[in-house]
Amino acid sequence: MLRIENLHATVADKPILNGVSLDVPAGEVHAIMGPNGSGKSTLAYVLAGRPGYEVSEGSASFDGRDLLDMEPHERAAAGLFLGFQYPVEIPGISYLQFLRESLNSQRRSRGEPDLSGAEFIKLAREQAGLLGMDAEMLKRPVNVGFSGGEKKRAEMVQMGIMNPKFAVLDETDSGLDIDALKSVGAGINRIMRAPDKGVLLITHYQRLLDYVQPDRVHVLRAGRIERSGGPELAHELEREGYAEAAA
Amino acid sequence: MTEDIRNREAHEAAEKLADYEWGFVSDIEQEFAPKGLSEDTVRFISAKKNEPEWMLEWRLKAYRAWLEMEEVSWAKLDIPEIDYQDAYYYAAPKAKEKLASLDEVDPEILRVYEKLGIPIEEQKVLAGVEGAARVAVDAVFDSVSVATTFRKELAAAGVIFLSISEAIREHPELVKKYLGSVVPQRDNYFACLNSAVFSDGTFVYIPEGVRCPMELSTYFRINAENTGQFERTLIVADKGSYVSYLEGCTAPMRDENQLHAAVVEIFAHEDAEVKYSTVQNWYPGDAEGKGGIFNFVTKRALCSGDRSKVSWTQVETGSAITWKYPSCILKGEGSVGEFYSVALTNNRQQADTGTKMIHIGANTRSTIVSKGISAGKSNNTYRGLVRVLPRAENVRNFTQCDSLLLGSDCGAHTVPYIEVKNPSATIEHEATTSKISEDQLFYAMSRGLDQEAAVALIVNGFAREVLKQLPMEFAVEAQKLLGISLEGSVG
Repeated sequence: MLRIENLHATVADKPILNGVSLDVPAGEVHAIMGPNGSGKSTLAYVLAGRPGYEVSEGSASFDGRDLLDMEPHERAAAGLFLGFQYPVEIPGISYLQFLRESLNSQRRSRGEPDLSGAEFIKLAREQAGLLGMDAEMLKRPVNVGFSGGEKKRAEMVQMGIMNPKFAVLDETDSGLDIDALKSVGAGINRIMRAPDKGVLLITHYQRLLDYVQPDRVHVLRAGRIERSGGPELAHELEREGYAEAAA
Repeated sequence: MTEDIRNREAHEAAEKLADYEWGFVSDIEQEFAPKGLSEDTVRFISAKKNEPEWMLEWRLKAYRAWLEMEEVSWAKLDIPEIDYQDAYYYAAPKAKEKLASLDEVDPEILRVYEKLGIPIEEQKVLAGVEGAARVAVDAVFDSVSVATTFRKELAAAGVIFLSISEAIREHPELVKKYLGSVVPQRDNYFACLNSAVFSDGTFVYIPEGVRCPMELSTYFRINAENTGQFERTLIVADKGSYVSYLEGCTAPMRDENQLHAAVVEIFAHEDAEVKYSTVQNWYPGDAEGKGGIFNFVTKRALCSGDRSKVSWTQVETGSAITWKYPSCILKGEGSVGEFYSVALTNNRQQADTGTKMIHIGANTRSTIVSKGISAGKSNNTYRGLVRVLPRAENVRNFTQCDSLLLGSDCGAHTVPYIEVKNPSATIEHEATTSKISEDQLFYAMSRGLDQEAAVALIVNGFAREVLKQLPMEFAVEAQKLLGISLEGSVG
C-alpha cells in the first residue's frame, strides 16, 4: 500500500533522511519510533508533501502511484491523511467550514458529488461524538484556543470525517492524558483498522501502542531504519531506551 | 464616431482581454455628452436630466470652484495624470420610453445582472418572481436608473428611494436641504468635480420612527468607454429611523483608465441608525497595471442627532487606484460611528483607504477595524484619523489595523493620525502586520484544498471580523470575491 524505497531528503540543504526503506501493506499498522532528531517528523512531512522538504533520492509510492509527484492536496484526495504533531490554527474559519470545504474538494477530485451542508453536519457530529468531543466545538475557529489535547482529538475527528485510506500520525499521543489517549487509540482502531487501510504511527513513546497494536515496529535513527521487529520491539525500547536497543 | 462603432470597439476590447472574469461589455445604446469638461458639459448634463434651475446653478458653482482646486497629493498613491478633457461626462442608455414595470426592462440589462452574479433572490426580484426576497434594487445602470422595484411597499412605509435625478424633481425641498450638507462642494477636488457633473445616484429618505422594511441595494455599472462615473448618493435618516443600504459593483473590461469619483452623504438625525455596506469590484487593471478604474470616493456621514449611529462596512477588491475614507462626524451626544474594512490589492493595484472619526459630541464612540491584504506588486495603505475636539467629553475609540502580506513584492502601510484635545478620551490603537503562514497553507492543503482555495480560506478567516458585519447575501459574494481577486497571487 505504502512503499518507501531508499528515501533521502533534505531540509534547508541539511540531509535528514538518509535512505529510508519501508513497506506498509494494506491492513497493517506500523509504528515508527526513534529518538528526537532521528527524522520521524521529516518522514511524515515528506510523505504529505510539505514544501521545503526536498527529496534528493529514492521513491515513495501509494497504491502504486508515485506519491512524490503529487501536490499535497492531491495526496489527500488519493486518500493520504497526515495527523499533525502541532495542529495549526486558522483564525476566523470554523472547523465545520474548513472540513466541509476540504472534504468536498477531495470528493470533487475523485469525481464524487459534494456533500450537502446537512449531510456534512450529520457526519461531523457523528465523528465528534465517537471521539468524545463536543460537536459545538466544531463551530469554533480551527484549533484556535484549543488545548494541546483538544487539538489532537480534533485531528482524529478530522481523520474520521475524511475517512482516509492511509494515515500518517505524527506523535498523535503527545500532550494527551490517559483518558484522551484511550479514546484517541480507540478512534484510530475504529477508523483505520480495516483490510484495505494502513497506518504509519510515529511516536516517541510506547504508551499509545498499548491501545493501538502495531503489526510492525521500526526504529528510525539518523535518518535510517535501524531495526524492525514485532510489537515486542516497542516494549524493549521502552525498557532499555533507544541507545541500548540500538546496540 | 458613431455610437455603433463605439459599441463595437468596446466589444472588441472586451473580447481581446478575456481573463477578467466579469469583463464584458453590454450592447445598450449610449447617449454621450460631448467629450471634455466645460460649463457647456455641465449645462448639457443638467438639461438631459430635466433639472430645475437651482440645480444647474448648484452644479455651475461647483464647476467654477473646481477649476481653482488642485488634485490631492498626500496619499501614498502613484496617480497618472488625468486628462479631464479626454473623457465623456455623461452616458445614458437610450430609453425607448418610460418604463412602467420591470417586465419592460431591456432584456440585455437583465442579462448583464445575471452575468454580474447578482444573488438569485435579487435576480428573482428583477425577474419579477412572486414571493421573491424583499430586497429593493435601484438599478443604476450606466448612470441612469432604469428600474426601481418595491417602490410601492417602500412608499407605504413613507420611505423615499429614488434615483437622485427623480428626487431632484419630485422632492426638491429635501434634496435642497441636505445635498452638500455633509460633503460641501469644495470639500476636496474629486467631491467638487462630482458636484458639478454627477450623472445619477440614489436618494433615500427614511421618515421619523420608520424601520425601513427591506434592505436597499444598488448596483453600479460603468458601461461606456471613457465615461467617468460620478455617482451621487444621499441618505437621510430622520429621528429614530433605521435603514441598511447595500452598494455593490463590478465593472466591465477596459483598456483605458476610467475615473470614478462618487460622493455619498449620510445624514442621521436623533436615534437614527444607518448601515452602509459596500462591495467594490471595479476592474483593477491587468497584471501589468494597464487599465483599471481610478476610484476616488468621498463618503461621509453626519451623526447629527443624539444617539445616532452610522456604520460603514466595505470590501474593496477592485480598482487600479482606490482613494476612499468613509467617515463619521460624531456631533450628536452619544452618537456612534463604525468602520469595518477589508481592502485587498493584487498585481499593481494601489489602495489608500481608511476612515475619519471626528468626535465633536460628548460620550461619542467609534470603532475602526481595518484588514488590509496585499499581494503581487501592490501597495495597500490604511490611513485613518481619530480626532477628539475639546468639548467632547468621555470619548471612546477602538482601532484595530491588521495587514496580511502575500509574497514579498507587495507593501502594507498603516498611517494612523490621532488628535485628542480632551483628556477624558479613551483611545486604543492596535496594529499587526503578518505574512500568510506557510504552516497554515500546508495544513489546509494537506486536508485536500488546492493552493488557491487554501489561500482564499486563510484570507477569508483573516477578514472574518469585517465580513460578518455584512448582510448575509453580501457576505457570501464578498467571500468569493476575495478568493477570485487573489487567484494566481501565490505560486
